[in-house]
Amino acid sequence: MPEKLRLGIFKFASCDGCQLSLLNAEEELLELAELVEFAHFPEASSRIESGPYDLVLIEGSISTPNDLDHIQKIRRQTDTLVTIGACATAGGIQALRNGANHDEFMKLVYPHPEFVQSLATSTPISNHVSVDFELRGCPVDTGQLLQIISDKLHHRKFSVPDHSVCRDCKLQNIVCVSVARGIPCLGPLTQAGCGAICPRFHRGCYGCFGPCHQTNTDGLTDWLIKDGHSSAELIPLFLNVNAEAPEFARTGAQLMRQDSAEGESHE
Amino acid sequence: MNDFRYFRIDQFPEFLKQLMQSGYRVIAPTIDQEAIVYAEIQSIDDMPQGYTDEQKPGYYRLQHTGNQRFFDYAVGPHSWKRYLFPPLQLISTSIKSQDGWTFEDHVDEGEPYAFLGVRACELAAMRIQDRVFLEGSYVDTNYQNRRNASFIVAVNCAVPSANCFCTSMNTGPKCKSGFDIALTELSDGFLMEIGSSLGNEMVTPLGFPSATEEQLTESESISDHATEQIKKTMDTTDLRNRLMGQLEHSHWKEVADRCLSCTNCTMVCPTCFCSHVEEVPDLNQERVDRRKSWDSCFNPGFSKLHGTPVRNDTRSRYRQWLTHKLATWHDQFGESGCVGCGRCITWCPVGIDLTVEVAALCEEEP
Repeated sequence: MPEKLRLGIFKFASCDGCQLSLLNAEEELLELAELVEFAHFPEASSRIESGPYDLVLIEGSISTPNDLDHIQKIRRQTDTLVTIGACATAGGIQALRNGANHDEFMKLVYPHPEFVQSLATSTPISNHVSVDFELRGCPVDTGQLLQIISDKLHHRKFSVPDHSVCRDCKLQNIVCVSVARGIPCLGPLTQAGCGAICPRFHRGCYGCFGPCHQTNTDGLTDWLIKDGHSSAELIPLFLNVNAEAPEFARTGAQLMRQDSAEGESHE
Repeated sequence: MNDFRYFRIDQFPEFLKQLMQSGYRVIAPTIDQEAIVYAEIQSIDDMPQGYTDEQKPGYYRLQHTGNQRFFDYAVGPHSWKRYLFPPLQLISTSIKSQDGWTFEDHVDEGEPYAFLGVRACELAAMRIQDRVFLEGSYVDTNYQNRRNASFIVAVNCAVPSANCFCTSMNTGPKCKSGFDIALTELSDGFLMEIGSSLGNEMVTPLGFPSATEEQLTESESISDHATEQIKKTMDTTDLRNRLMGQLEHSHWKEVADRCLSCTNCTMVCPTCFCSHVEEVPDLNQERVDRRKSWDSCFNPGFSKLHGTPVRNDTRSRYRQWLTHKLATWHDQFGESGCVGCGRCITWCPVGIDLTVEVAALCEEEP
């Protein structure tokens, strides 16, 4: 029996949902525990052990001054570092504050903002330390998470499919919600991995796995606007959990400008 | 000359019962998720009686007509390739034991399916996939088993959609061959053309009478009327050479600005046959499944060689798809890979119409 893989799971600014995706792997957890030592997983166990770690999974974005230091310390104790989820990979929903007035937000939310230590931006882990692999999703997919751990265990190259959500819809007999119902859907622009869960329930994809490689956001927004959808309606599709992913950020900003121009022309 | 019979609309359940009693699971048009799809049915009540569809580029809407008709619509998002060339297939399994590895191929014997409502363009598509999977150097035996196990009840189109162009591809709207039975929906019943000995065996016990001259004439006029309604065209004259002479046309870039490279056109295409194979190990690496699934030339990873895609932008991917479908398919298989069903136009989320693009690409640049 080879030595167990020392696994650390650390959390930054996030909702804990991605860590829960690992706990949701109920059937595989016992088998996994045979192969992996959960050395640092406070979400699951109060037994916390210090590094070094063979594999670290990072949930959450860098959003406080303390985080800046903490992530460096983790990196130094880690052989392979994988970010899990939209927050760690693209800044998360909290990255909506980037570019906005952080101080104003603080005053609005907290009676005594001076007690809150917060950075003006929420940024992906890869902005701060080198990252070996990024797992997308809000939350991540349990199957992909297990695959990454298994890849590390068996010395395989990390890899997840990079095709669009559309292919997953077609493979599962899901009728296109955009073509058959006129619902704006980011599926054609979004990397697969979720199993097309939103279209399966007759909702449009809102891109929680982030943009595909070489995605053509303008191609879709041009069509949707010509089809009668407003810029305002499309903004939340791009500016949500992956708002800091470069393609979504650029398209979101462009739609914001169009929306305010439309607003002015109505006045 | 094939044998023509007739049965009344109220005898339709008898026909369906005969298919089922002969051991077939009947796959037919049915309504699901706001569209007419192909799935298993138990009775004619599961069929979209009184429905039609409206189709435009990037647009499909189901419409209720309330009439008594069963087949007054064009092809929808599904094609029969879903059953003959399933999107996900287990090819083999490897299991580790004390003595080493054992390898087991997965053989698909072929489910006895009766496909009810196969249109002329879809018969053409099956013939094209037969050539791909059965008539080359390597035969896909699982495909062969599925194909051999199937029974085909075709239907002549009465109401084509605005995206149909089978007349340009010479595949429809009337079914000419490749079926066991072909139906035409008349005003009060069905004309039934028997196209094979298997078809004959199936219908003989039903004792349906021979069709009258009037019924044959009505059927002809339905097909003629359908032909007249098809307005979309694609000029196929010397199309292979015309397209291959335009590989550097500026219009490829113009299409690429609109194309999302999302794979929808290839997934809904009834002839697209690309797949990829992956090995999926369990956590302990004691069992490895070899799985095959639909792939697409629009996926950047599809053309990956030595770690990088050969077709590394949407322009080259769209060009690959279109020129393969309409031009180099001739070189590879001796015919066009397009049957004119219009699915790639309807189900493109940004309404790219290949007939329009082909016309633009074949125009000489100044």
